[in-house]
Amino acid sequence: MKKTTNDNLKSKYLLAGLSVFCVALILISFLDSSAVAPVKQVSGFLITPVQKGINGFGSWLSGLTDNFEDAETLRRENKELSARVDTLTEENSQLIQDREELRRLRELFDLDEQYDEYEKVGARVIAKESGNWFQLFTIDKGSNDGIQPDMNVISGGGLVGIVTETGPNWATVRSIIDDNSNVSAMVSTTSDRCVIAGDLRLIDEGSLNLLKLTDAENKVHVGDKVVTSYISEKFLPGILIGYISELENDANNLTKSGYITPVVDFRHLQEVLVILELKEYSADDLTAAPGGSGVTAEPGQTESGQTEAEQTEQSESETVEPQ
Amino acid sequence: MRRKMVTALLILVCILLQSTVCQMISIASIKPNLLIILIVSFGLMRGRRSGMMIGFFCGLLTDLFFESVLGFNAIIYMWVGYFSGYFYRIFYDDDIKTPLFLISVSDVAYGIVHYIFRFLLRGRIDFFYYFGRIILPEMFYTLILTIICYRVLYMINRKLTIADKGGVDSFV
Repeated sequence: MKKTTNDNLKSKYLLAGLSVFCVALILISFLDSSAVAPVKQVSGFLITPVQKGINGFGSWLSGLTDNFEDAETLRRENKELSARVDTLTEENSQLIQDREELRRLRELFDLDEQYDEYEKVGARVIAKESGNWFQLFTIDKGSNDGIQPDMNVISGGGLVGIVTETGPNWATVRSIIDDNSNVSAMVSTTSDRCVIAGDLRLIDEGSLNLLKLTDAENKVHVGDKVVTSYISEKFLPGILIGYISELENDANNLTKSGYITPVVDFRHLQEVLVILELKEYSADDLTAAPGGSGVTAEPGQTESGQTEAEQTEQSESETVEPQ
Repeated sequence: MRRKMVTALLILVCILLQSTVCQMISIASIKPNLLIILIVSFGLMRGRRSGMMIGFFCGLLTDLFFESVLGFNAIIYMWVGYFSGYFYRIFYDDDIKTPLFLISVSDVAYGIVHYIFRFLLRGRIDFFYYFGRIILPEMFYTLILTIICYRVLYMINRKLTIADKGGVDSFV
């Protein structure tokens, strides 16, 4: 009897001790994320190869089931696709003409084509965040391939997200549909700025929040393209995000908000491209930052970095309004 | 020693499966929570202390691999394991109702804590949406998986106990 009460007491102490330890850990990682970065590096280094292996097996398995897809759907798909090819060919010829024109105009304006071709590296999605709440995933390339935190990730011609952490052979990406994500964007036709915010509630509908759109002249319409803006701190300008699907006036009558449909199919994301170029603004910022919280100090940005982004967003939209 | 190694291996396998295979079997983008199954089952079969330790390490590893804030999952999973250990005394070998009940309660509690600290504090007040869309479906899916997994975990535990020569209360 004595032994059991002793044991009880012991495990209670252990529970209290470990709870305190956890709370301390939470506080430390909130306050100074660079302190926990090395531990995560080691663990990521060990686990990534295994995840890669399991994932390879899984995709082989799902490839097998795909073979059984019936011919009916394939035929229908083929029909749709050939129709699509026709329209695309038409569009393409149009675009080639436009490009020629653009080239001439660029020469005229002496603009270098800096945003035409970014250097990219392809990577495979090997794991997703373990719960159902957030939209983070791990890719199988890391700092060995030149990936750094804050690099942009695209797929299928659209923005997927941003690299938040890197290890030698892995990197974590937060997608733009994540509940924590805010992207400074603009409507490509009018260059009106807005914020694209992810929302867990909208993931099923496959859409994203569009907030604080300043459109004083009422020129933005449903169906317009939304791209990353020039003033974003971390996102390179001109990357396609999606198309406006709904638009409404805000209660303040100064800004508009609505929803956009992203071009990327987030549910079936398997391969992504990481753009090996940091927005210069943030790169300057990081090297200028004093102390140890340099390039590796990004993991904590989920909460703290985000609120900062929102604040800058706010000031941005405020500066825009007088126009 | 042998028990420790097997348990460590189990934790690692579960985390790996959770981040890869569970992704592939997810229905309507809801994944079952394999870790809760592991923690509650062992807490139930082995007592408070085991549940607590397994919960702690499961949570800590999840945090290390996937989260930016360390310790959050660790503390939730640890308490889940500890409380499921209270049911150690009323646990019967072949009864699957107790683990089913405990796992569903734990999973809902886990979901609610997650919601409060990571969504409610950011001003997402629509609790019933999250409850109906994420917490409940995750619980049901986890329950279905429990029916399969619990047998396996039970067998593993029994093998280990026999190997330990009946020392059910041995230190883990």
